[in-house]
Amino acid sequence: MSEQKKQSEDELLEKVTSTEYKYGFTTDIESDTIPKGLSEDVVRIISAKKNEPEWMLEYRLKAYKSWLEMEEPDWANINYTKPNYQDVIYYSAPKQKPVLDSLDDLDPEMKKTFDKLGISIDEQKKLANVAVDIVMDSVSVANTFKDTLAEKGIIFCPISDAIQEHPELVKKYLGTVVPARDNFFSALNAAVFSDGSFCYIPKGIKCPMELSTYFRINEAGTGQFERTLLIADEGSQVSYLEGCTAPMRDENQLHAAVVELIAMDEADIKYSTVQNWYPGNAEGVGGVFNFVTKRGICHKNAKISWTQVETGSAVTWKYPSCILKGDNSIGEFFSVAVTNNRQQADTGTKMIHLGKNTKSTIIAKGISAGKSDGNYRGLVKISKGATNSRNFSQCDSLLMGDKCGSHTFPYIEVKNNSSKVEHEATTSKIGEDQIFYCNQRGIGTEAAIALIVNGYCKDVLNQLPMEFAVEAQKLLEISLEGSVG
Amino acid sequence: MLQIKDLKAGIEDNQILKGINLEVKAGEIHAIMGPNGSGKSTLSAVIAGNEDYEVEGGNITFNGKDLLELDPEERAHNGVFLSFQYPVEIPGISVSNFIKTSITEKRKAQGLEPILTKDLLKMMREKMELLSIKQGYLSRNMNEGFSGGEKKRNEIFQMAMLEPKLAILDETDSGLDIDALRIVANGVNKLRSEDNATVIITHYQRLLDYIVPDFVHVLYNGRIVKSGGAELAHELEEKGYDWVTKEEDKKWA
Repeated sequence: MSEQKKQSEDELLEKVTSTEYKYGFTTDIESDTIPKGLSEDVVRIISAKKNEPEWMLEYRLKAYKSWLEMEEPDWANINYTKPNYQDVIYYSAPKQKPVLDSLDDLDPEMKKTFDKLGISIDEQKKLANVAVDIVMDSVSVANTFKDTLAEKGIIFCPISDAIQEHPELVKKYLGTVVPARDNFFSALNAAVFSDGSFCYIPKGIKCPMELSTYFRINEAGTGQFERTLLIADEGSQVSYLEGCTAPMRDENQLHAAVVELIAMDEADIKYSTVQNWYPGNAEGVGGVFNFVTKRGICHKNAKISWTQVETGSAVTWKYPSCILKGDNSIGEFFSVAVTNNRQQADTGTKMIHLGKNTKSTIIAKGISAGKSDGNYRGLVKISKGATNSRNFSQCDSLLMGDKCGSHTFPYIEVKNNSSKVEHEATTSKIGEDQIFYCNQRGIGTEAAIALIVNGYCKDVLNQLPMEFAVEAQKLLEISLEGSVG
Repeated sequence: MLQIKDLKAGIEDNQILKGINLEVKAGEIHAIMGPNGSGKSTLSAVIAGNEDYEVEGGNITFNGKDLLELDPEERAHNGVFLSFQYPVEIPGISVSNFIKTSITEKRKAQGLEPILTKDLLKMMREKMELLSIKQGYLSRNMNEGFSGGEKKRNEIFQMAMLEPKLAILDETDSGLDIDALRIVANGVNKLRSEDNATVIITHYQRLLDYIVPDFVHVLYNGRIVKSGGAELAHELEEKGYDWVTKEEDKKWA
């Protein structure tokens, strides 16, 4: 590399670390918070604030007791100072109740927040046919299209409403895919979750629109522990998308969510995530700790497809998984994980094949820039009874600059000999020849990188619903603005 | 349009171009010929702004602008186009998307609004016809899985779309069979106008049977050692490069 080139690369590297987070604003809304710290009393207060039935409180208290005995996992390839769990505020609700029927009733301040986030809800309603539930800090504040969905028998509401209005469904399914004791963070979530979304698609119904939830952490020092429960009854179909942002804060904010998906016989669930929590500044100060447990179960001939575009958070620990319990069921995982500056991510999936003729596909694309570390960790487990099963995994890493890292940890267990597992992995750098080629065609280095990265992620971005694919593309560009040349 | 004066350039400590002088006017076609290793591709890379090469002396002006002061993309915006000897793959990016980005960036630099998709598609269809390009080509990924001939045709297609003032065709004939060569040459001829100029860099004379140059220059050992009209190419084909190079070697011995 010539001296001149080396210098320009250094300049660009310098630039990337100085690119600021574009969603860093706080909203000045009065909020109702409880003192920080976690105790049995706090769990009781949360439950009482939500006016929950006794069984729900019991569930929480049991989870809390399990959590006390558990230890924070440290097997992931990430380094961070463990949060002081007594220093977190476990409940914060924007003081604006009850949940609104129409967006016109929304607090103007909050409406401004949504505008800054670039989610024009009105427009989405009209153009994109998207029903949106917005969870800010801990409470759902807007839920559009409820009536339209109700006509089809579809339930899409804040989980706190579901506990009140559909207790039989919540009681039957909550914690069946991710038990409270599953891990440290799922136990914590089960004890203190304050909101999230609930969705039920009745038998044979094809959900006529995308369902979407938007999460935002706003209040300083708060944790967000949302809980999502999605049940697709026999032969139904649904596509669900969640997006997340957080303002810039010096301290690390905690996010420990649990998502459970249940795909009954012949059901089809597509679950997409665009995660853009505040990643911290260039020196690694602040940012969200994103410790998430997402898992779905597939019954006979069912299909669950996870798509994620992860560009935010200081630390990500997340493995959206599929339990392929029913024969002929299908699990898919499509992921783009970007780390920049000092971000760390340990993310991947688990495909647990239990039924016969089950199939899974994993396409994971990692992009590391700055001084970040990106890890793919995945498990493909084919049990003895899962005869004639198949898995195909492809894990690619793209490195930008020479100060970042990327690792792949594939775990494969196959217990029968009629199944087939394929694993492909590549590591590449954006070629100088590719950039020069683009330059010669009038495309500047930054636009060239965005273009090349988009091409690299195409297989994953193609899985997203159209309007979100465009948003995800923009997000990738923002996250990598000023990357290497 | 293009003036190159006493250009010296190389990679690291190895000087490849040892004082090039060349003037290209609008409406002209120049052919630069020479044996392998004479510096032909280095010259095209330096004009396009490839930073792997260091300019050690001399200057290049393009329509009055100091070309060496401009970034590669700015040179492109000003109308310099290089048809690559080895076109690069951009996986996952379709030909149409790439060209759209390219045209949008150029227009942005000129302070123009992005081109309308329907206008772009219309233009693409016209140029595809010009180069006998089949349907379905636009949605293929840039150079991914392209044959040698397809890559070269893709270069000329981009040239047709970008309508440059100066096009440099670096060994565009290599890897082309005779039919493809004819189509590409035909395309270049049709794109020729009073306002643009073309520099053809080639080892062989055969492309010049189809694109007749106004001037032929022989590049040897980093210098233009002989210039003439179209007939010079035929003479070279007949007598070989030795005819020129031996004389030259004597001079510097």
